[in-house]
Amino acid sequence: MGKILVLAEHDQHALKDVTRELLAAAARIGEPVAVVVGLPGTGDALLAELGAAGAKTAYVAETEHAEDVLATPAVLALETVANTVDDIAGILIASSVDGKDVAARLSVRLNTGLIADAVNVEESDGTVMATQQVLGGTYSVKSTVRGIPIITIRPGTIEVTQPTSAQPSKITIDIVVDPVGSGQVVARDEDEIASSGRPDLRTADIIVSGGRGIGSKENFAIIEQLADALGAAVGASRAAVDAGYIEHKAQVGQTGATVSPRLYVAVGISGAIQHLAGMQSAKTIVAINKDANAPIFQFADFGIVGDLFEIVPQLIKAVNARRSDELINI
Amino acid sequence: MNVVVLIKQVPDTYGERKLSPEGRLDRDVSDVIIDEINERAVEIALQLQEDVGGEVTVVTMGPKSAVDTIRKALAMGANKAIHIVDDGLAGSDALQTSGAIAAALKTIEFDLVIAGNESTDGRSSAVPAMLSERLKVSLLTNLVTLSVAQGSVAGTRSVENGTMEVRASLPAVVSVAEKIADPRFPKLKGVLAARRKPITTLSISDLGLFPLEAGGENSWTQVNDVIAQPARTSGTVITDDGTAGTQLAGFLAAAKLI
Ligand SMILES: Cc1cc2nc3c(=O)[nH]c(=O)nc-3n(C[C@H](O)[C@H](O)[C@H](O)COP(=O)(O)OP(=O)(O)OC[C@H]3O[C@@H](n4cnc5c(N)ncnc54)[C@H](O)[C@@H]3O)c2cc1C
Repeated sequence: MGKILVLAEHDQHALKDVTRELLAAAARIGEPVAVVVGLPGTGDALLAELGAAGAKTAYVAETEHAEDVLATPAVLALETVANTVDDIAGILIASSVDGKDVAARLSVRLNTGLIADAVNVEESDGTVMATQQVLGGTYSVKSTVRGIPIITIRPGTIEVTQPTSAQPSKITIDIVVDPVGSGQVVARDEDEIASSGRPDLRTADIIVSGGRGIGSKENFAIIEQLADALGAAVGASRAAVDAGYIEHKAQVGQTGATVSPRLYVAVGISGAIQHLAGMQSAKTIVAINKDANAPIFQFADFGIVGDLFEIVPQLIKAVNARRSDELINI
Repeated sequence: MNVVVLIKQVPDTYGERKLSPEGRLDRDVSDVIIDEINERAVEIALQLQEDVGGEVTVVTMGPKSAVDTIRKALAMGANKAIHIVDDGLAGSDALQTSGAIAAALKTIEFDLVIAGNESTDGRSSAVPAMLSERLKVSLLTNLVTLSVAQGSVAGTRSVENGTMEVRASLPAVVSVAEKIADPRFPKLKGVLAARRKPITTLSISDLGLFPLEAGGENSWTQVNDVIAQPARTSGTVITDDGTAGTQLAGFLAAAKLI
C-alpha cells in the first residue's frame, strides 16, 4: 500500500492524543505521513513526537494564520501535498469539529469520497476499507471509496502503537492563506470541563451521567463527586442539559457525544432511545432510577431501583472505602 | 438579507430505524419527519428575518414525500421552497448531495445558508462544508449563537475544549448546533398559509448535473458490508433495601471496574 496522509492535531506545542491514534491507524494500511499545519516553529516542536508515533515523513506548513483562520490552512496544506506527492493511498483526519470541516472541504477540492467518523480502518485487497457505527450504533457498516479515500476517525477508537525513536524527515511546504473568504477566529475560551482535570467524555474509560432526575444544578454536584470517586468523566442526558444542570458538551446521545466506555453509570436517566443511541456500545451499563419501569433497565447490566439521593452517597463512600483499603494493602 | 435553510427528511429517532443490506435507510419501517436540528435552523433564520428583513427559502433534496418536510418549514414561517427531487438522486452520498444543492443555489440569490450541524441519520456533518467549498464562500460550523451585521455573520462556535468567537464575511454557509434556538410550533394560520407558498421542484436535468454526479450507483463511497449489532439485554436489577450503593460497589469491584 502507499502513503497515508495524517493531518496532525496539536496545540502548537504538543500532539493531541488523536494524532497518535491516526498515525497508528495509518500504519495499519500503509506508510504514515504526517501533515502539520501550525504557527511558525510548530514543525520543529512536534517532529520528535510525530516520529515516536510512527510518522516516517512530516510535511510542515507554517503560517501566522494557523490559529485565526478556520480550516483553510489545513485544506490548502493537504491539497498541496496530495497534488504533489505520488502514491497516496488515503488521508486520515480526526473526526473533531475542525477535522470534519477540513475533510469535507478537501473532499470537494480533490473530488474524492469521504467516509465520516470511522471507528476502524483496514486494508482489503489493496483498497482501504473503513468501518462506521451508524444509526446510534445499531449497525456496523464497512465502506470503500472510489479514488483516494478521505476518512475521519472518531477519537478514542484506535489503539496507539508502541513509541519508536525514529525522527521523521521534514519537508517544508508553502501555503498562502488569505483570511478574507474564510471563517475567522476572533477569540477562544476554554470551558470548565476541559480545565476540570477530569477525563475527556468522548474517550473516557468510565463515565457517570446524570439526567433530569438529579433535579437541579446544585444537586448535579453529586454526579461530579461520584465521577471523581471513580476517576470518571461527567456526562448528561439532554433533559439535564436543557434544564441547565450542566453544559451541552456533556450531553450523551443522538445529538450529543457517542461514547463507548468500559463502564457507563446512568443516574436519574430514563433511557430514551436517543440517549441509548450515544452509549449503547458501553461495555458495562449501570443504572440508578426510582422507576422500576424505566427503559434504561432493559439495557443495564446492573440496575438499582431506588432513590439516587440515598444510593449515590452510599456508593461514593463504598468506592472510597475500597480505594483506601487498597492503599493500606499496598 | 436572503437566507437559505437546508432541511432534510429523516426517520423519526423515536421509532425503529433500519438499514437495507446495501446500507441505505429503509424508509418503509420508519415514520419520516423533518430533522429536529433543521427546525432549529429555520427558527434562527426566522429570527434573523424579524431583525433584518429579507426572505427565507428552504431547500431540500429528497423523495417526493419530503414535501411534508417543506410544508412544516413553510408553516413555521419560511417564505418559499426548493425541492430537489429526482429518482436518479436516490442513494447519493454527501459529495453528490452537496453538488446538487450547490447547483440549486446557483438559481437564486442568497446572503447566508444555514444548515444543521449534523443530521440524525447520516451524521457525517459534511454537506455544509462541502457546499461552502463548491460555492467558494466562507464557512462557520457548529454555531450556538448567530448574528449578522454589516455584511458579515458572527457567532459562538462550540468545539471540543471550549468555544470560539468566529466571524465571516457574507455570503457564507453556516451550520448550527442544538443550542442555537428552540423551534416555534406552527400556528394554524401558518399551516394554512403554507399551502399557498411557492415550491419550486428541480430535477437532475433542471440542475444541469451529469448523470454520473448523482445516485447511489455513481456514489464515491460504496458500502461493502452491513452488520446489525446484537441488541443489549438486561442484567441484574435490584430494589434498594438500604444497601444497594454498597452492593453496587461490590459488583464494580468484582467486575474489576474499580
Ligand atoms: C432529535 C432528538 C434528539 C435527541 N437527542 C438526545 C441526546 O443526544 N441525548 C439525550 O439524552 N436525549 C436526547 N433526546 C431526548 C430524549 O428523547 C429524552 O427526552 C431525554 O433523554 C430524557 O432525559 P432524562 O432521561 O434525563 O429525563 P426523563 O426521561 O425525564 O427521566 C428522568 C428519570 O429520572 C428518574 N428519577 C427522578 N427522580 C429520581 C430520584 N430521586 N432517584 C432516582 N431516579 C429518579 C425518573 O424515574 C426518570 O426515569 C433527543 C430527542 C430528540 C427528539
